[in-house]
Amino acid sequence: MNTLILRTIVPLLTSLMVIYSIVVLLAGHNDPGGGFIGGLIAASAFALYGIACGVAPVRRALYFHPISIAAFGMFLSAMSGVISLYKDVPFLTGIWWFPEIAKGVEVPLSTPLMFDIGVWLVVVGSLVTIALALEEKE
Amino acid sequence: MIGYLVLTPFLAALLAPVLVLLLGHRASWILALVPGYLLYRFFEFVPAVAKGETVLQSHEWLGGFGINYSFMIDGLSLTFAFLILGIGFFIVIYAGGYLKGHPQLGRFLAVLLAFMGSMLGLVVSDNLITLFVFWELTSITSFLLIGFDNEREASRRAALQALIITGLGGLVMLAGFTLIGLVGGTFELSELLSKGEVIKEHGLYSLIFWLVMAGAFTKSAQVPFHSWLPNAMEAPTPVSAYLHSATMVKAGVFLLMRTYPMLGETELWETVLPLFGGATLLAGTILAVRDKDMKLMLAYTTVASLGLLVLMLGVGGERAIEGAVLYLIAHSFFKGALFMVVGTVDHEAGTRQIDKLSGLRSAMPITALAAALAALSMCGLPPFIGFLAKESIYYSLTHGGLHEWTIAIVAIVGNALMFGVAASIAIRPFMGKWIDPPKAVHEGPVMLFLGPLVLSITGLVTAIFALQFMQTNFFSPMVSAVAGKEVTLDLHLWHGINPALILSVITVGLGIGVFIFTAELKKIFDKILNFISWGPDKGFDQAICFLTWFAGLFTRILQTGEIRTYMRITFLITALTLLVPMYNLNIWPNVPSFPKLSLWEIGVFVILVIGILQVVFANTRLTAIISLGIQGFSVALIFMLFGAPDLSFTQFMVETLSVVIIALVLTRLQLMKQDRRSSLSLIFDGVVAISVGVGMGALLMNITQLPLDMRLSEFFSTYSAAIAHGRNIVNVILVDFRAIDTLGEITVVLITGVSALALIRVKAIPEKKTTKGSPALKETS
Repeated sequence: MNTLILRTIVPLLTSLMVIYSIVVLLAGHNDPGGGFIGGLIAASAFALYGIACGVAPVRRALYFHPISIAAFGMFLSAMSGVISLYKDVPFLTGIWWFPEIAKGVEVPLSTPLMFDIGVWLVVVGSLVTIALALEEKE
Repeated sequence: MIGYLVLTPFLAALLAPVLVLLLGHRASWILALVPGYLLYRFFEFVPAVAKGETVLQSHEWLGGFGINYSFMIDGLSLTFAFLILGIGFFIVIYAGGYLKGHPQLGRFLAVLLAFMGSMLGLVVSDNLITLFVFWELTSITSFLLIGFDNEREASRRAALQALIITGLGGLVMLAGFTLIGLVGGTFELSELLSKGEVIKEHGLYSLIFWLVMAGAFTKSAQVPFHSWLPNAMEAPTPVSAYLHSATMVKAGVFLLMRTYPMLGETELWETVLPLFGGATLLAGTILAVRDKDMKLMLAYTTVASLGLLVLMLGVGGERAIEGAVLYLIAHSFFKGALFMVVGTVDHEAGTRQIDKLSGLRSAMPITALAAALAALSMCGLPPFIGFLAKESIYYSLTHGGLHEWTIAIVAIVGNALMFGVAASIAIRPFMGKWIDPPKAVHEGPVMLFLGPLVLSITGLVTAIFALQFMQTNFFSPMVSAVAGKEVTLDLHLWHGINPALILSVITVGLGIGVFIFTAELKKIFDKILNFISWGPDKGFDQAICFLTWFAGLFTRILQTGEIRTYMRITFLITALTLLVPMYNLNIWPNVPSFPKLSLWEIGVFVILVIGILQVVFANTRLTAIISLGIQGFSVALIFMLFGAPDLSFTQFMVETLSVVIIALVLTRLQLMKQDRRSSLSLIFDGVVAISVGVGMGALLMNITQLPLDMRLSEFFSTYSAAIAHGRNIVNVILVDFRAIDTLGEITVVLITGVSALALIRVKAIPEKKTTKGSPALKETS
């Protein structure tokens, strides 16, 4: 599947898909989406990139080893629960902040968001790990 | 506070290796202070218990399940605690002397102390579950002690055997405990003991009885579970002396005594216990007379003594309990002492074969004295505590009907044989003409003879000087605790001439006969046993062999290494679990009426069916996989049409990724391009697949036809925006309401990633013949 058309279009497609997956991830709390779906989209994007251009560019693009990404996601999700403990509420209780970055503009930040980003990272990392390992030629 | 006392030996166990490192074998003098100190602390309870009070202390553990870290001190547990700690004190010192210079002494003392703690916890526990935990801890620690010399196969086997038998018995017992808890409504023994009638009259009583007996009989080495105890003599002698004569094996007897008010004095109890106890008494003594190894002789008499104790508890009634209690205490003293004596002889003379030793009295006078005193108590001669015990036993047996008299005959035979063994051990190695033993023999150091001397003298002093004291503070409270009512003993060394004394005289006469004609008896017993030849010990091996054979067979059938077999088994079982209950209960769903479908719905449905047909009839696997994706996309479309965008979204992505990943697997792993199978397996697989489909469909239809409980849905739709600031309920559930589930799921995803990486990267290579035992797996990337 190493065609010129594919190789030309896929990097563009991949970047769009990754951006889209991040949009899906962040929009997830109010609209269809979330960390899991977003992670799947991003993983397909990387898989596609790998099929078209080979494994090495994907690894370079990711910079970190995918399994480390997944592990960091796991850490992030678990830590989002630990924050609740410091607030004297049960593990993984949602904590919300609404900092005002400009006059009248509030940005909702929360531990569920942090948790969801963790989920996204775990899904991306694990699936990319599997896909790349399979794709890689000896 | 009792809870902390129980934990002290475990703390000492942690310290033991360090102390041994610093002080060598002298560390055991310091470690012996632990049981010594505990002994001192437990003395505080003596006055209260002597007055008939019960000390209860409880810490909440798993309160919701009624499981507490709770303790009860009454006559029974206190006396046991004193035996464990008192004998433990001398054993720790003795162990230091016996294993002086051994590189693993630290480990040994650590496990020994941990065992002491487990045993102590076991006897003072008030909660059945706590008791069980300590019970299994004794099994585990004794496993470590018996297998201490782990480079010897016999030692390993003995340890495993003990663990398997006592551990399994303990698990069965746990089932019994659970039932007791259900029937009695609590796990606290102090409450249960007053509710004995409730349990005895309950329909589950006989089941409870057998389950609890499984624990007690295995631990107390009753026939046919007795074989682990003599085998446990593979352990170093301090262990044998402690665990297998003085404490651990008595855990079973302790359990019988503890549960006596709950389970005892029923027809079942009074039939089963004498039967097992009597058989054990006779088997143990016969095997003891037959043996030449002094340690094994003692081990077999322990089996016999345990049989006698179970027998007496089975007879029931205050007098029989009195006999059992006295005998238990007497046995702890003389058996502990005799074991240590034999260990000392073995240590100093280099052998413990009774026919290779003679005339040691001049070389080892103190040990010989201890042996003589302990053996006299074991023989049941006045004025030793063993005599008091034997008199009590005979007294209770002569004041009953035919049943008791039959038991009396068994007891006399057993006691006479035991007399013979005791006399042999005390007389044959020490008296007579001098034979040169394998090692140049001399008296052992103080660490070795202190224990046996003190214990054997205690057996004498108790009976002569401290009888009144012991009676009020230990014997009476213990008998009262077992019997479940106030009992005051009136013990004297001289009761005048009564039937019990006459039976004693008969026993002594027979015992002297056994001693004189030991050689002849040995031949007779040998003949009988060779004639039978098969025994529980062999049976154990056969059972284990059968188990491994069966496991192998089972594995070979199930785990063929062929993924097709795994799938077949999985789906066949899925189909059966789906269809069989529906068939049996006749709960087939009603066929729902099909609503009129709109055009695009029909379109999606048609694509779906085409996808499935394409999967079934595809020529190559790649086509099949892509067709499967078509089917999955159709399902995702259906989700979308019926208002589940999240689900549909996920489904699309999952389908895409599965097709990509499976396609990669296929190209990468060079599997067969086509799926070929015989028509027979085609039909079989088809039937299984259709059954699963039908079953799953029927299940789903059944579920949708049930009235839907909307409480959760309402909760989520009401509160997701209010509490969790999110309008997408699915996502709110995932990241907020049920975040811990998601945490678990992403853990699974991560683990899948790691394991897939490991599986893909590691490639099996054929094992080379030149490198012995090299791993068959090699990292290739």
